[in-house]
Parts: sequence; C-alpha cells; structure tokens
Amino acid sequence: MKSNVKNFKAAALKSSSDLTRRRLILNALRNFEVTRNQKQALFQDWGAARELAAAKKWDAILNLDKNIELFTKKLESNGAKVHWAKDAESARSIILQIIQEKKAKLIVKSKSMTSEEIHLNDTLTRAGFDTLETDLGEFIVQLRGEGPFHIVFPAMHLTRGEIRELFQSKLGDAPSDDPEALTMVARRFLREKYIKADIGITGANFAVAETGMISITENEGNARLVSALPRTMITLVGIEKIIPRLDDLALFLPMLATAGAGQLISCYNTLYSGPRRPDEPDGPSEHHVILLDNGRTKVLADPVACDLLRCIRCGNCLNVCPVFRNIGGHSYGAAYCGPIGSVLMPIIAGIEQWYHLSYASSLCGACTEACPVKIDLHHHLLKNRRTAAKTIPVWWQKLAFKIFNLFACSPVLWRLMSKSGWFLQFFYVWSVKGTCLDPAYPWTKTRELPPIAKETFREWYKKHE
Amino acid sequence: MHVKLFIPCFVDLFYPETGKAMYKILKRLGLDVEVIESPACCGQPAFNTGYWDDAKVAAGKLLMQMRGADAVVIGSGSCGAMVKVFYPELFMGTEFEPIAKEVSPVCFEFCSFLVDKLGVTDLGARFPHKVTYHDGCHSLREMHIKEAPRLLLARVRDLEFIEMKETVCCGFGGTFSAKFPMISTAMDEVKCELAIQTGAEFVVSSDSSCLMQIQGIADRKKLPLKTIHLAEILNMQ
Repeated sequence: MKSNVKNFKAAALKSSSDLTRRRLILNALRNFEVTRNQKQALFQDWGAARELAAAKKWDAILNLDKNIELFTKKLESNGAKVHWAKDAESARSIILQIIQEKKAKLIVKSKSMTSEEIHLNDTLTRAGFDTLETDLGEFIVQLRGEGPFHIVFPAMHLTRGEIRELFQSKLGDAPSDDPEALTMVARRFLREKYIKADIGITGANFAVAETGMISITENEGNARLVSALPRTMITLVGIEKIIPRLDDLALFLPMLATAGAGQLISCYNTLYSGPRRPDEPDGPSEHHVILLDNGRTKVLADPVACDLLRCIRCGNCLNVCPVFRNIGGHSYGAAYCGPIGSVLMPIIAGIEQWYHLSYASSLCGACTEACPVKIDLHHHLLKNRRTAAKTIPVWWQKLAFKIFNLFACSPVLWRLMSKSGWFLQFFYVWSVKGTCLDPAYPWTKTRELPPIAKETFREWYKKHE
Repeated sequence: MHVKLFIPCFVDLFYPETGKAMYKILKRLGLDVEVIESPACCGQPAFNTGYWDDAKVAAGKLLMQMRGADAVVIGSGSCGAMVKVFYPELFMGTEFEPIAKEVSPVCFEFCSFLVDKLGVTDLGARFPHKVTYHDGCHSLREMHIKEAPRLLLARVRDLEFIEMKETVCCGFGGTFSAKFPMISTAMDEVKCELAIQTGAEFVVSSDSSCLMQIQGIADRKKLPLKTIHLAEILNMQ
C-alpha cells in the first residue's frame, strides 16, 4: 500500500520533470481539443446529446440484469458461447482454457483495454503463447514492453523518431520517420500474423442486448481481421458495455468517436454476433464471449458509485485533465489512468492500495465538464477521499484538523496565531526555509510563500468598524 | 440590504488588502455590511481531505453566523463554493441541513454578488494596465461564474484585457499542492506560461488562493507576472 503511493509520487516527479515529453503531450492534447470541438459543434446540440447519452446509459445500467439475460440469450441463439467471469482471475482462466483446448500457438488481439484491466497478456505470455497486439498504438507499446499510456491513444507519448528506432531494432525495418511508412512496416509485419493466428481476442465498445451483437468501432480495421481470420474468436466484454437497443448506437457511436478521437464517426463500425453460419463463406468457427464483472456488480450495488458504470471509455477526461497532461498515463501505475482511473481504481481495486489517486487532483472539474455521459467525476474523487478518511484515517491529519479548528473557531487564538506567525516568519526565512526542517518544504521547494500580514483583515476591521 | 461578509482564513492572513477592498466597495454601495469575525475558516481543507466530521466543526459555526442576512458575500470563489454548493451535502441529514439550504441561495462569491445580485458592473475604477483573468475552478465549475468578473473588468477605465488561450486550473487545489507538489507545480508552470503569452502585466482572479499559487512560481522563477485580486482593482479610483 505504501509502495503504491511511493511509486506514484516518484513516477509523477520523474514525468513532470521531463519537460520535452510534457510539451509533446500538451501539444498533442491541445490539438486534439481543437478537432474535438469542431466535431462537437457539428452536433445539433452537444449538451442535449450528453443528457440523452447519460439517460440512456443510466437506463441500461438500471436494467442491467435483464439486459445481460437478453444479450446472453440472443448471442447463444446465434451460436456463440457465453461465459461469465466474476473477476480477472476467472476471466484469465476461461480464456486460457479455450486457448489450450484449441492447442493454439499464435494469438492476435485488438481493442485491448479490458484485457489490460485483467492483465491478460502477462498470463498468456507466461503460459507460452505468442500474443500479439495489432492496434498500432498497442502494438508499439507492446514492442516496448510497456502498458498503454492513454486509454485511446496508447502510444501518444512517443515521437515518430522513437517509433522508427523501435521498429528498426525490433522489426529490423524502418525506412523513415514518415507516419505512413511506419504504419506500412507494422502492417506488413501484422498481416502475416493475422493469417497464421489461431485465436483472435478483442474487446467491445458496446454490446447490444436486443440483437446479441458486439459493436466495435475503430480506425485501423484490425478488430475486423482479428475477428474474421482466426478460427476461434474471443470477445471480452465488461458488463457495463451492454446497452438495450441497436438504435442506441446511433447516438453512442458518433459520441464516442467525437469525445474519444475528435472524429464524427470512426472509419470502421462493425457488429459481430456469433460464429460463421453454414451459409457464410468465412468467419470464425467458434465465438466465445466473456462477460466480465471484476468489481462492476460491486459498483452497481453502491448507490454513490453506480453512475460510474455509465463510462464509455472514451478517454476524454484524460485529454482535458491537467494532472494527466503533466504526469502522463504511466505514472498512475494502474490499468485505468486519468480521472476515470483515479475514481475507479480505489473502488474496484481497493481503497487501501489506490486511495492516493483520488487525492492526486486539484478537483478542478475539467473532467466532469468533458465527460460525454455526464459522470460527476471530480465529485467522485471527493467521495473516495471520504471513504479513505473513514477506512484508513491518518492520525496526524486528523489531529492537524482538530488543532486548526481550535484556532479557526476562536477569535483570540486566531489572533494569537496570526501574530506569532507574523513574528516567527522572519526567523523562518533566515533559518529553516527551504531546508529539510522546513514544515512548508513541499511548497517552498518550488514556490515562494506570501508573507503573513502585519495587520490581518480582522484586526483592521476591528479598528474601522 | 443587510449583507454579511465572510473573509476566509488565508485572505485574512496573507491578503488583508483584498478583504479591505471588498469591505470598502460594499460600504460604498450603501450596504449594511457586517463582517463575520469567527470562525475564520469554512472547513474546506478538512472537507476536501475527506474528514467531514472535522469539517463540520468550523462549517457548523460559520453557517450559524451566516443566518439572517439578505445576502452572504464570500471573499473567495473556492470558499464560496464550499458554502453554496457543498454545505447542503456536508450537513445532509443533520439539524444543520435546513440552515445550509436556507443560506445557499443567498450566498454569493464577491464578483457574482456585484453583478448578479446588485446588477452593478461599473464601480468607477481605473487601472491603467494590461491584465488577463484566471478563472478559479470552484468559481467557474461549481458556481458557473464566468461573465461577472469579465463584465466588471470591462468597465474599469484604462484597463486592457486579454484572455488566455486556454481555461485551465492553476494547480493549487488546497492540500493537494502540498501532498503532490510536483504535479501542482507542473500545472502552475503551464498556467504561468499561458498568462505570460498574453503579454499581460497582471493576472487577475477572484480567488486569492489561485493567485498565491501563480505568484508563488512567478516569484521563484522571476517571471514577469504580478497578481492582483479583482476586488483590489475595483477599489482603485
């Protein structure tokens, strides 16, 4: 628990000291914001669309039990096999079992955020399977042995030059810094793998209950190849992705593309439902769908937290978050980073291990303003802090607040404090300021403190009343 | 109109001139102004850290002091949001809940009080400088105050106003600034850069805590930036 906090602080310090990288991310996200705003403006009423999306997701969550049942029934009638995974461990073992039964060697993946949540790649690699991410960003970070930097833009922290060097050293092929040329290198490498792969694993953007369909929205078309070419297709779906009606996608797909990628609609939008039918020329012969709980029903049962299940994983809260912009996604050390990660991780993965993420925010509320499904993200941070203070109180903080209350609530003590503060600050400046004995060192290390006034406002008012 | 003015702890200690300016302006407008002397704090630090019971001690006392006025004016956007937005939540289910709900609608941040309640935008002030405005996040996103300070600045004589090209947090965030100084400082650097890009001499805000943060970096890095609270500008004749 302590080490998580330490690691986070160390990583945040390292990332925030890397000015070049910070500039790279800031510029990228500022540019993103411009294109996103342009696309938002194409909605007749973005505000109304958010209201509607929030209401639709709310409805989907409140009827999650029925929606899951219907989704399962429809999918099964289409020939898919549906599995229920109560946690990460059981999801991993279900997937591992399918793969082992198929005697698979090569596994290709796409849309891997939920599989990042359950740390699937580690398990598969350890079990000796060749596991390959195919979405360009994920492919790049996988080659580097890293996790994704951002929910939607996993390799946004890298320059073209770094990617060229990476491809050169890992793939032995990188003619130039040109993004198109680099993409072609990855493509040549991956195309061959799709054909050889035995298993394709994808996530889902939405799951439509009434038709039993998995909706995937993407720009590179990898999920299509991952789903269509290998003989066995596995889809890992967080249960919050289930929406009741096909019609709902008319709102959610453009909304996700706009908020997540600054596009009005993604290039490829596909619906999958079950394996190849007898009259179809191609497609997988088996389709397994794993419905993942992993803390989601716990969130559902929590009246304070359940609106978090509205999240469509667009990543827009990360894009606008000044904390994310300055420390980047890897610093969080968590499956989900940025505001949604800081809210979710303490709830789904344990307050003791992750409480610090809820404190690592100025509560500015930019995330809440940006969220397309209107999750009150920054107020959730406050609620998590309250839970942390109740479950793992810090004695010295409590004591400090009690002492402060004594002074703040008594005019005499307040005056005493301000006077002694004014007097002592002269010694403070000469002596301990900026040293390890400085009680204000976290502040004074990088910033100046204003002086305590000789005459406070309250003293002045007493004289002028 | 009977107005109760609450000057928060750090304004009292570090920025008494801001408090004085507010008091003088309200008096000049012919209001019956009463200053809340005690408690000095609204309880926000404990509240934001999650210690609601400790927050209730000062908050409960302050709430009782705020009763019975036609309007309560708070000398900081952040503390204003605490009283207006968070007190009803903090005291939910307690005997203070009805009082919190009674005070909330009559509670105003200083600039918003002038513009939204009194309808005053011109205070006859003169400030011959180039300035930019920083929206404190609590003012902006909890109380949705965006226009009021700009309307007030627009009426100040000889003042040149330039917007920053991005609305972003200064990185203060109360105890956050001490708990995660590296993040807070990085955010502050971004803010200062945006302010400097405008070419303004002064960063103006209606939240002294944000100004303390911005000035903190500006002084350390010797940046060409000065900060001033909007109330002080409005009080300059």
